[in-house]
Amino acid sequence: MTTAPATTYTRVCRLDDIQREGGVLALVAGEAVAVFRTYDDRLFALANYDPFSRASVLARGIVGTRTVGGDEVTFVASPMHKQAFDLSTGQCLDDAAVRVPTYDVRLGEDGTVLVGGRTGGGTSS
Amino acid sequence: MSPHHRKTLVVAGHGMVGHRFVQAAIERGLTETYDVVVVGEESRAAYDRVALTSFFEVGADELSLLPGGAYDDPRVRLVLGTSVDAVDPETRTVLLGTGEVLVYDELVLATGATPFVPSVPGRDLPGCFVYRTIEDLEAIRDAAATATVGAVIGGGLLGLEAANALAQLGLETHVVEMAPRLMAVQVDAAGGATLARHVEKLGLTVHTGAMTEGVLGEDRVTGLQLRDAEPIEAQVVVFSAGIRPRDALARDAGLDLAERGGVLVDERCRTSDPHVWAIGECAAPGGRMYGLVAPGYAMAEVVVDALLGGPGAFTGADMSTKLKLLGVDVASFGDAHAVTEGALELVFSDAVAGHYKKLVVLENEAGDGTVLIGGVLVGDASAYGVLRPMVASGLELPANPEDLILPASRGVPEIGLPDEAVVCSCNNVTKATILDHVAREDEPCADATCVTRCSGAGSTCGSCKPTVKKIVEDHFAAVGKVVDRSLCEHFSLTRQELFDVVAVHGYRTFDEVVGGHGTGRGCDVCKPTVASILASQLNGHVLETGHGTLQDTNDAYLANIQRNGTYSVMPRIAGGEVTPEGLIVLGEVARDFGLYTKITGGQRIDLMGARMEELPAIWRRLVDAGFESGHAYGKSLRTVKSCVGSTWCRYGVQDSTSLAIMLENRYRGLRSPHKIKGGVSGCARECAEARAKDFGVIATEKGWNLYVGGNGGATPVHAVLLAGDLDTETLVRYLDRYLMYYIRTADRLQRTAPWMASLDGGIERVRAVVVEDSLGLGSELEAAIDAHVDGYFDEWRATLDDPDKLARFVSFVNAPDVPDPHITFREERGQPAPGDSDGPVVLGATIGVGAPAVTS
Repeated sequence: MTTAPATTYTRVCRLDDIQREGGVLALVAGEAVAVFRTYDDRLFALANYDPFSRASVLARGIVGTRTVGGDEVTFVASPMHKQAFDLSTGQCLDDAAVRVPTYDVRLGEDGTVLVGGRTGGGTSS
Repeated sequence: MSPHHRKTLVVAGHGMVGHRFVQAAIERGLTETYDVVVVGEESRAAYDRVALTSFFEVGADELSLLPGGAYDDPRVRLVLGTSVDAVDPETRTVLLGTGEVLVYDELVLATGATPFVPSVPGRDLPGCFVYRTIEDLEAIRDAAATATVGAVIGGGLLGLEAANALAQLGLETHVVEMAPRLMAVQVDAAGGATLARHVEKLGLTVHTGAMTEGVLGEDRVTGLQLRDAEPIEAQVVVFSAGIRPRDALARDAGLDLAERGGVLVDERCRTSDPHVWAIGECAAPGGRMYGLVAPGYAMAEVVVDALLGGPGAFTGADMSTKLKLLGVDVASFGDAHAVTEGALELVFSDAVAGHYKKLVVLENEAGDGTVLIGGVLVGDASAYGVLRPMVASGLELPANPEDLILPASRGVPEIGLPDEAVVCSCNNVTKATILDHVAREDEPCADATCVTRCSGAGSTCGSCKPTVKKIVEDHFAAVGKVVDRSLCEHFSLTRQELFDVVAVHGYRTFDEVVGGHGTGRGCDVCKPTVASILASQLNGHVLETGHGTLQDTNDAYLANIQRNGTYSVMPRIAGGEVTPEGLIVLGEVARDFGLYTKITGGQRIDLMGARMEELPAIWRRLVDAGFESGHAYGKSLRTVKSCVGSTWCRYGVQDSTSLAIMLENRYRGLRSPHKIKGGVSGCARECAEARAKDFGVIATEKGWNLYVGGNGGATPVHAVLLAGDLDTETLVRYLDRYLMYYIRTADRLQRTAPWMASLDGGIERVRAVVVEDSLGLGSELEAAIDAHVDGYFDEWRATLDDPDKLARFVSFVNAPDVPDPHITFREERGQPAPGDSDGPVVLGATIGVGAPAVTS
């Protein structure tokens, strides 16, 4: 971590504040970011804005898995019209042309969830 | 005459056969050269007379064969409510009752038949009826309202239908038959006796070998005088002693008639005048009249064929019959009376179960086997679908033909029908045609329902439906196609199977279910389904730890999400009854939180536009004022709509509002495969539109009629009568069973109407399980509902009392005081409406976020 540029992380909540296979909405540098915790305690963060319904809702979706090309992909289904988004890439699994931004997210040593900057851009923002 | 002159075809009569003729004329292109005028005497377009008795249950609209009231071909003109008074073959004209004269090139007589009323004294007294038209049934229904006893003269097919109708109308019913047994034409003596026992068990009184000498009464019917027997007291008498062809038009026109009545026609159905044809019950091909619809349909096709220059001929008809009379299956086919020389009878009789089955077989020509030539089935006619085509196709019988009728061969027997076997005799559909529909390249049918729709097989009397289904399923099995009914990629089970798995294992969490019977971590399909099943069985809070993340969008926040991410709030207003104080609270809450208000179709008030983080405060106010969750967000009971009933309405006969409130409170919160709506109307005017609901209750003078399986929405369906004149206790018991049966066996997101349509036997199956308790599940289903009622609690009150559950209702987990800037409103007609979204919103850096940033 000596050569990489400094990254600003926002302390969002404690890990226990996110239910397993659930999400919370965080305000990170003015942006609405959905933070998800999987069944095996991995963390993911996506922009909360659902490009299909044009509403800020993804954190309220159901988290599940889908087999894509033989691999198990963890996704969130938009609570509006159920389009699925790959939690690790933001790629929409139902429409190859749509992707939502992803964010850097990590678990701090004291059990807090930290969200950093964007790691992947979306197609509609 | 100009070569382009269009010819005119006049059809006299718009019954089932007349309608079929016109349909065939359109389909086969006869209207390319003919203008068709159809003249019907009744005010209604053709309707299904075979199902006439169901009129009381389903109403006239359901029976109509031409629901739009017009043909989808401008060259066909339908004239209703008009008689044809005379035919002049010389000038080729017909005279209508309106005075209009029509000139024809070809005339088709389809005038049908008229009920035969024996010339006994008193037969014209008020209270005497026949059983042929919807008007007849309406008159019988009106008369039955003030009567207690009814008698039907005639114990044949139609007579028993009429008796069924009288019994349905709540009358003590007598059947008077001159012959020594019921249905003398179709069944033999032993079959008739079995049938009589069934009928008597239902509370009807059967008088066979009884001669009616006269109808008693001065100004109206008081009873029947029988020869050598005590008179029968009755206020309603229905004559159903056979039919006579309506051949007067032909007779007056000088056309030849058959000896025993009917317009004499040749095998092309042409009368003695080359431009006049006759089809259906008014016709007598080769001197014989046919009183069933299938031969009439065949005649209609023959005439269309003849007019197109085709070779078709009518050479006799299959007079096989299968029907359900008073809940008893009766079937008769082929040579039922074994009159063929050398015929042998094979009889199975079970007096306890009330089954009587007879096969009539004949040694084949080679002398090395037997063929089936006829039979009689009473009490259990499930084998009919296979046996009748065997008669038609001359298929060799298996070595042990008794297997076909012994009780071990339940359901549809395993027997290979030849492709040319006619499976549906009403519409003349062969097995080959059915297979073609499922196997063809171009848009093949995926199931039996589709085959029925596309081929007509099973669309008239329905008796062959199980056979059609079997043929379709066997075909798919043979080509290795598995009909995949898996819920999703995580569960290769149907919802019903999953329901049973959860019940049997006593699972309490999704992890247990997916660990034991699924793969992966679930999805937006199986998680809400499992959540619903767990809620149905356990009655717990849907937001319990581990359950909250399974819930679909709306259940997850106990409110309905709207297009801009806000929610609507809908407290329960049971039966639509609300106090002025309650209304004021709703108004004040809406005003204080800036919510849009609207009255819903379910007699409630919707408060819309609440931000998620506002929901607890809104509900705090509502709960404190005595409101509770309305479950508008759940796949569960929504509302039980009601009219004001006998309390206020001058027409009401029962207190519909009280019943609606009681039912809504009984079933509130009950999680189900889809939403459930109910309705209660206080009289037959049906102001609560109960028959558009999943369950509808309509008051009668004697109690309640219970209708089930109705649906509004995209595919409207009228609910059908499950049981009539129930007291409140029985009504609730049946409803308990019905709803729990639905919850246990329906597919995910399957409303009650398609669920019932998917059951083998449809409403009859539901009636068997719910009313007759044929599975012996009644008390178990009731107990499940009782457990639900005992365990009910208000989800919103429980949420407000639990800080853990409340913690989720925040805008930003790290900035709970900052409202989500994506949500905006504009004003419309003085109320808020969702503002349009232009994309993601970034808040200015000046807004505090409640937690310090750290740098790593």
